[in-house]
Amino acid sequence: MKQITSTNDFVVKFANVNGSGSASANELFARSILRMGVPVAPRNIFPSNIQGLPTWYEVRVTENGYQGRRGGVDLMVAMNPQTWDADVKEIEEGGYLFYDNTKPMPQSKFRADINVIGMPLTEICNSTYTDPRQRQLFKNIVYVGALSALLDIDPTEIERLFSEQYKGKEALLQSNVKALRLGRDYAQQHLGGPIGLKIKRADNVGNKIFIDGNSAAALGAVYGGATVCAWYPITPSSSLAEAFIKYCQKHRVDPADGKNKFAIVQAEDELASIGMVIGASWNGARAFTATSGPGISLMTEFIGLAYFAEIPAVIVDVQRGGPSTGMPTRTQQSDVLACAYASHGDTKHVLLFPEDPTECFEFTAKAFDLAERLQTPIFVMTDLDIGMNTRLCEPFKWDDKQSYDRGKIMTSDMLDTGRDFGRYLDVDGDGITYRTYPGTHATRGGYFTRGTTKNRYAGYSETGADYIDNVQRLLRKFDTAKKLVPAPLLYPAEKPARFGAIFYGSTSPAMQEALDVLALRGIHVNALRVRAFPFQDEINDFVATHPWVFVIEQNRDAQLKTLLVMEAKINPSRLLSVLHYDGTPITARFIVEQISQHAAARTVVPLKKVVS
Amino acid sequence: MTYLAKPKLHHPDLPRNTVGHTRRDYEGRISTLCAGCGHDSISAAIIQACWETNIEPHKVAKLSGIGCSSKTPDYFLGNSHGFNSVHGRMPSVATGANLANRDLLYLGVSGDGDSASIGLGQFAHCMRRGVNMVYIVENNGVYGLTKGQFSATADKGSKSKRGIANSDEPIDMVGLALQLGASFVARSFSGDKHQLVPLIKAAIEHKGAAFIDVVSPCVAFNNHAGSTKSYDYVREHNEAVNRLDFITGREEITADYAPGTVTTVTQHDGSVLRLRKLDPEYDATDRLKAMAYIQQHHARGEVVTGLLYVDPESSDLHEHLNTVNAPLNRLSERELCPGSVALDKINASLR
Repeated sequence: MKQITSTNDFVVKFANVNGSGSASANELFARSILRMGVPVAPRNIFPSNIQGLPTWYEVRVTENGYQGRRGGVDLMVAMNPQTWDADVKEIEEGGYLFYDNTKPMPQSKFRADINVIGMPLTEICNSTYTDPRQRQLFKNIVYVGALSALLDIDPTEIERLFSEQYKGKEALLQSNVKALRLGRDYAQQHLGGPIGLKIKRADNVGNKIFIDGNSAAALGAVYGGATVCAWYPITPSSSLAEAFIKYCQKHRVDPADGKNKFAIVQAEDELASIGMVIGASWNGARAFTATSGPGISLMTEFIGLAYFAEIPAVIVDVQRGGPSTGMPTRTQQSDVLACAYASHGDTKHVLLFPEDPTECFEFTAKAFDLAERLQTPIFVMTDLDIGMNTRLCEPFKWDDKQSYDRGKIMTSDMLDTGRDFGRYLDVDGDGITYRTYPGTHATRGGYFTRGTTKNRYAGYSETGADYIDNVQRLLRKFDTAKKLVPAPLLYPAEKPARFGAIFYGSTSPAMQEALDVLALRGIHVNALRVRAFPFQDEINDFVATHPWVFVIEQNRDAQLKTLLVMEAKINPSRLLSVLHYDGTPITARFIVEQISQHAAARTVVPLKKVVS
Repeated sequence: MTYLAKPKLHHPDLPRNTVGHTRRDYEGRISTLCAGCGHDSISAAIIQACWETNIEPHKVAKLSGIGCSSKTPDYFLGNSHGFNSVHGRMPSVATGANLANRDLLYLGVSGDGDSASIGLGQFAHCMRRGVNMVYIVENNGVYGLTKGQFSATADKGSKSKRGIANSDEPIDMVGLALQLGASFVARSFSGDKHQLVPLIKAAIEHKGAAFIDVVSPCVAFNNHAGSTKSYDYVREHNEAVNRLDFITGREEITADYAPGTVTTVTQHDGSVLRLRKLDPEYDATDRLKAMAYIQQHHARGEVVTGLLYVDPESSDLHEHLNTVNAPLNRLSERELCPGSVALDKINASLR
């Protein structure tokens, strides 16, 4: 029978039951491979459930460092009888099935074209442990031990990870090491040693770090100087606020008196969380919220007010599938239009599209500068795929010489010199006006904040001319934003390319890989990664130099394409959408297939070549 | 009544408070509300209370939602920052503002539509969090700006101007505030300045969520016979349980009171509340009894007013969150950003 053989390049998928303690064991497995210098790209595929429903953890071992999902499974660790049939079906021909054979299974439950490895995990645990909880938890460690033998993972790396994790907890450390060895020894004695899939020590991890996007964004908020966080729990963004709590407790407590240099409120809903952010920002603190699509919907009235009243706010939108019960644990890029135009009235908002945890950190920190400079809400558009999966990425960087951009603030001293203060008076021509913090000056600089009924000096006005003056200035301000937001990044093909491709956010790793694969197939594509809205002119220039440009997105309605057509005035007939929206992260295989089809349909082969 | 401009000049001998301001310095723009509106009397009471408590006008942040009541912050404390926010959402904006700078006085002005209907949730959570603020509801039982619809505080059976009887149970904001943990709860009447001004002064000095429900008749839509929020009705059914004399810690207590008629409550900051009891049975420091008392009297159609509850040992949201003494909006980058060395350590821990 065919046996897939591959070193440092394969996919292992764990099929587990939610709440069985498998998550930490599976992550341990992934980390041990990283410690051997081999990059991995793990992904959680989990249900909206606490206990009992199926959950999967997919580890792509990728010596090249591709962080996208590959698709397909080479080794299935099938620990969940509920999903057995589908799990077995998913294995590539010649792949491997690892399962618990304590209870015999009928022959019909297997496939003839895969390699089956049975191990009596339940029996081993039941004979070793008496406590039911230990039997369950250590079963996970026992299979990690067995896999380490089958895949040739260095067990000392795993034991080192244990000793880091259970520092000072000797009993826990020893019991985990024992379970690991139990599994490893069994595999070596009874399962016939290593299989065709192998981990070979390499040096491809370098100084990269392994972190999820939500934690990275939370750390970005700490570094960006956020002092107020108001949030409402919603998957997949909750872990962002929780990580912010954790980092603040570590880095923001005054050692002198134990008091907090931060205030975090779990609000009663998203309406209140954005209200608190706006109140705090109006009053001169850096404030943010983290949410997902349904939260954005609830916040839109306030977001519109912040736009017109020109109040900074940072909103991290960890995107997921639709409303209510809709796909809360699945990923999408489907809030692009909802955020770009959030609220009633003529509004437009600044969006940032980070590609990975490194940019989640960088963009979230930068979002506070942008929000205060532009005095407007800034959206950090991440998604579940980036937010809730641990990703191997470039280390975080911080330049101690840079300082926060607090924007145009009229101080007490400036007011004392007699400077003319009009809250909505554009003195610099960039559409951005000066603001004062409440309490600044005893007699000057006070003003009344409201929606659109105002003149340049914040006096009440329902006059049409005042309204137009104000909203035209807001357009000038939006134009100024173009120069401040991250520029698009060009990934030129190695050979002259007729096709262009525009992509953004979490599509990035799959896209990079797809470009390599396409190039090998002779399809050369210049790619441009859009990193922000408003769109810069480089995007128009890019489209202008290619007959066709693919726009790769993870939503049904081609939302970024729509925005490009409406806002960058790009001719829609030049744009070809590649859309992936089933809730799973987009794969390189999908992109390659779609672009190849389009390319074939648009490639005219010279007659000479056809007949020769 | 917007056509009469207020003269800017005023008599040089107008009395000044200890921070050097005349009462006029606490005024705002001319009101655009209807002549005789109860809300304007409340604005006047706020002006008086702020002047008498010697608050610097610019150290006050005025916050409101949407509605007639929410327009009023434009009509007092003209040099203070004000924020006319979103309908029913003033409490969250006030909460955020308060978190950013604990040194200012937060004065939230709302109405019964704003706080009892669309904003009931935010009102509730603001009270239970103990946001340090003065929260005034100008309660007229009716939507004024949209011309006369019932609000959620309109009494059952109360008649609209067109003669329609309200069939829904009313929401009692005072009862809610007590149940939700507000540490200062009062009710007053816009037509009784002598009762209202000391209540606002005491609320200003209070640490925590201080709630004042002020029945404030709407002369345009809810001041007719059959309404339970009209001037006549409230005057007739007003049951004041006490009269408050507010004394800050700095002032000497000089007034004489007949023995047994006065309760003294010392607040956290040392300010003293002297309550002249009108009902000898009423104890303003007992939350549970206060709730029962108010409910019993409400059932009889009486509007209980006065300082209904105060917790002298109150605390606020900043205390619960253990925030630093300095306002968060004044912390510098040096105090907030852990820097590159710490970041390198974090990077190392993620390998």
